[in-house]
Amino acid sequence: MPVLCSSCADKRAVLKRPKTGHSLCKECFFWAFEEEVHQTIVAAQLFKHGETVGIAASGGKDSTVLAHVMKVLNERYNYGLELMLLSVDEGITGYRDDSLETVKRNQQQYELPLKIVSYEELYGWTMDAIVKQVGLKNNCTFCGVFRRQALDRGAIMLKVDKICTGHNADDVAETVLMNVLRGDIARLRRCTAISTTSEGDGVVPRCKPLKYAYEKEIVLYAYFKKLDYFSTECIYSPNAYRGHARTFLKDLESVRPSSIMDVIHSGENLSVREGVKMPVQGTCSRCGYISSQALCKSCVLLEGLNRGLPKLGIGKHHRLHDKILSQQPLTEKEERKLKSVDF
Amino acid sequence: MCQVDEDFQGQLEHTEVPSISKKCVKCKEKTAVVVIRAGDTYCRDCFREYFIHKFRAMLGKNRIIFPGEKVLLAVSGGPSSCSMLSQVQEGLSQNAHKKLRFIPGIVYIDEGAAAGRSVDDRKTAMAQMQTLFEATGFPFHLVPLEQVLDLSPSVLVMAPSPSEQPGSAYKAAVDQFIQSKGHWPPRPQDQDQDQDLDQASLPDIQESHTQLLQQLMSSTKTQTAREELLSMLRQHLLVHTARTKGYSKLMLGDCCSRLAVKLLSSIALGRGAQLAQDTGFSDSRYGDIITVRPMRDYSSKEIVFYNHMFKVPSIFIPGLDTMTADKSSIQRLTESFVTKLQADFPSTVSTIYRTSEKLQTAWKGSCAADVCDTCLLCLCALDTTVENASAFQATLISEQLSQTKPPETSSAINPNLNPGSALATTTGQCCSGEGECGKKGGGCCSSPRVPETTDMRSLLCYSCRQTVKDMSSVDHLPAYILLEAQRRNRRSQMREQISEFILDEGV
Repeated sequence: MPVLCSSCADKRAVLKRPKTGHSLCKECFFWAFEEEVHQTIVAAQLFKHGETVGIAASGGKDSTVLAHVMKVLNERYNYGLELMLLSVDEGITGYRDDSLETVKRNQQQYELPLKIVSYEELYGWTMDAIVKQVGLKNNCTFCGVFRRQALDRGAIMLKVDKICTGHNADDVAETVLMNVLRGDIARLRRCTAISTTSEGDGVVPRCKPLKYAYEKEIVLYAYFKKLDYFSTECIYSPNAYRGHARTFLKDLESVRPSSIMDVIHSGENLSVREGVKMPVQGTCSRCGYISSQALCKSCVLLEGLNRGLPKLGIGKHHRLHDKILSQQPLTEKEERKLKSVDF
Repeated sequence: MCQVDEDFQGQLEHTEVPSISKKCVKCKEKTAVVVIRAGDTYCRDCFREYFIHKFRAMLGKNRIIFPGEKVLLAVSGGPSSCSMLSQVQEGLSQNAHKKLRFIPGIVYIDEGAAAGRSVDDRKTAMAQMQTLFEATGFPFHLVPLEQVLDLSPSVLVMAPSPSEQPGSAYKAAVDQFIQSKGHWPPRPQDQDQDQDLDQASLPDIQESHTQLLQQLMSSTKTQTAREELLSMLRQHLLVHTARTKGYSKLMLGDCCSRLAVKLLSSIALGRGAQLAQDTGFSDSRYGDIITVRPMRDYSSKEIVFYNHMFKVPSIFIPGLDTMTADKSSIQRLTESFVTKLQADFPSTVSTIYRTSEKLQTAWKGSCAADVCDTCLLCLCALDTTVENASAFQATLISEQLSQTKPPETSSAINPNLNPGSALATTTGQCCSGEGECGKKGGGCCSSPRVPETTDMRSLLCYSCRQTVKDMSSVDHLPAYILLEAQRRNRRSQMREQISEFILDEGV
């Protein structure tokens, strides 16, 4: 017996929505999905008429769907936005070079301008070279920290007003869990925000239009829309600890599908006790980027790479910041601790 | 990238493998017999002192239990609550300086009906608990969960707290108490006489009541919701017992490991706003009865070691979640996740637990507000104010959109970016167009359900809505809940009628 679409009650349903459990036909699902993203954009007032918006594009499913939906909505609801694609080339052979090909195809399909910034031109290091020095452990720290800054630098080159990223509901929920497991109260409070407030020079406000979209629905959308996207895991193994949070979230979702939204709801309603010490946002005294320490994480990591002490930025070594700033050499004991360990 | 990971790395490098001949870190003389954490090895005597001190320190630090106050200890028979009981006994037998100065009583809730246990099993368990409690000399109350059906709606109403006692009053009260030395120590027979009714014989269980409870449990479709519901009912019964027997504090035996699981599962259940109340040291959501968790600094490992070494008896009684699969419920899944992660990363539990200490209740100011602002089931402040761009609102929109007909392309275009205008259209389509919804046979709000349920939903917090959603019918809920729901709905209807004449909100 064919199931009818619960929305139009006319056509045959082709999918069951992971988010609500309703059976929908293809058109009604597209409409619902796009409409939800629109509602999110409108309710959170993510954009203003006439703004230039950079879409952080990796070539993966989230950013491909984001670029598609943004283009559709911009035309349908006359947002009056000028959209651009912004990609970061981390320099990972066999992974990013392939996915960037997808982005280039997207650029042609969606007729959007594309800017690619690479780690090599910004930092003088590709991820391949970094992994060669630090090994497969902790390399995600470098990639993550550098990417955050690279996106901002790219956005400034493109002169965009805002960046939107493809973070979906699963990503946000996973980050909430992750920050609880790490006891990181400052990030726990920040991570559910749909957009960052402008934090100063050199930082472009960011937002997550897909914040309430389930990962599974994004895949469904891409699948039925036959969108072209790249789906390969990064060759430099995913972060092990985040993997635990991810598996846990998927298990939660299988027990109760609303769990993802429930976790986000929890995250949005947490409140921090008065008097809990929070990091104060300042600027890096070397590059001027936002930082809660004397030196931003990216400068510390880079310093570590350039000095041949890759562990400098891993873990907490705030006490060494003064030494780095004044270009003093480290003691032998300090150096020994920070050299890469061979396993 | 991950801090926990790195911290753990550091520890690994520094700690040596503890050997049997290791000395106690405290007295540095005797041979250690127990390793609490990596590197912390204690001898028997020092461990005992450490354990006992921690209990008194927890109560002393928080200054919540005043001298001479009646405190009800909720004991389930498990290691943690039994350990708490033994600590209270220990504290009362100390010399005057270190002595605990409150008057304890014990309550055991027999949940056999919800867990589907046989009458004989329940009687055996009850008798075991009786023996255990009699040995303490404290008054005790054995309460079958069935009694929840006889509660009055007033249990769901926050009672006014006696009077705010400032921290400075604590010391004065202690001094005064030591000086007066009234009728201390309280002899068990001095206590009120009504207690013996409870403990003279095992309470009778009405079979019809058992059936009603079982109906309620089986009308709840998921184990997750069943566990949530059971914990609400248990909590109501505990508060009721405390109120009727004249206690002003309720002590729960939640240990650190338990609370870490509870915190994470609360997050997964959407109880973020209530986290601080659910897992903090004290919880004043009931107003007059304050819940305290003095065991929250102990890990389950410490407790089990202590119980084993100092022969603290505990009784295993199978509950609702005993022998269920990891994925049977959110709570159970979280428990197995935390336990497994703890095995690989020993700082997991303490990190999660420390997170809980940094949180507070989001809606602190609403304590004095109208009762309508608290959840009917968990009595926490409601967290369902519809805000623009929230997970709650996004879910409502998704549900509406999946059930309404997409407008023709031309009418779908809403060219202005005015927030709310597009939204209002969709909301209108769902809730006003009853005729349209009726045709689909689905009812307009998410699933076919009697109007009562929808009414009840507005009285619940986000998480309790999810629980009720998993019930096939709310009619099986105990009468006191339904009555209170009706009362609150009538109140809010009244308020709507006269709203334009009310000057101050929250009156």
